[in-house]
Amino acid sequence: MTDVQTDAVLFETGLLDYRRQQRTGRVTLPLRSDEDVVGLRKQVRERAVAIALSLVDQTKLVTAASELGRNTIKYGGGGEVHLDALDDGVRRGIGLLFVDAGQGIPDIDNALRDGFTTGGGLGLGLGGSKRLVDEFDIDSRPREGTAVLIVKWKR
Amino acid sequence: MERIPILRMGDLLLVTIQVDMHDRLAMQLQDDLTERIVKDSAKGVLIDISALDLVDSFIGRMISNTAAMARVLDARTVVVGMQPAVAITLVELGLTLHGVKTALNVEKGMALLGKSYK
Repeated sequence: MTDVQTDAVLFETGLLDYRRQQRTGRVTLPLRSDEDVVGLRKQVRERAVAIALSLVDQTKLVTAASELGRNTIKYGGGGEVHLDALDDGVRRGIGLLFVDAGQGIPDIDNALRDGFTTGGGLGLGLGGSKRLVDEFDIDSRPREGTAVLIVKWKR
Repeated sequence: MERIPILRMGDLLLVTIQVDMHDRLAMQLQDDLTERIVKDSAKGVLIDISALDLVDSFIGRMISNTAAMARVLDARTVVVGMQPAVAITLVELGLTLHGVKTALNVEKGMALLGKSYK
């Protein structure tokens, strides 16, 4: 697996510290182009297979990663994603943290609602991704940036 | 430039998506298909997605839009071979591919388009 380090932290957020004691092997990938999203999907799939997530859970996690990766590029003006292996002592999981230094999301509750879009899409990205994973957290500030965290645990 | 091949069988067009499509490639396929429908006077379009292990909102929207464009161009579209895990994920994501006909495999898809293997 290639470990691509990008330029430091884009958006200073407490989410960067999530589950600090429980995560290992952080890999950071840039999110700038369509091809980066394809690369992200491939890496997430490999990690999901490695911890033996069920095929349905693999597909849900990879799909959520694809949606959020595209959001980072389209609305955040590009950024990066941190991939973490998680172990809370009972179960294993995968954490993905998307960070950009874009305009931020003015109204998060609204953005999480199905059908909400500012980009001409279907508006399923954020709310839909939340439904596909076990944990979801978001930190967004106007003109500073946005960080979105998702976690999927092995059942 | 990278492209997804479109095969013609009589008045049907057959597309088998076998790569993980990035967004531009999906849009290119939509353009190519609509062009070929007109050029070949195709009456049906069969899109085989059995090799796709993911359909996100972008690819889903591309499929819906392609079916709608084909309809306006007097061709019917059937999407075949969706994997069960993909179907579960799609619906949970909130995408129902409204207005898109589906079939379990190519043979059933062709039957739906009123064709038979002979």
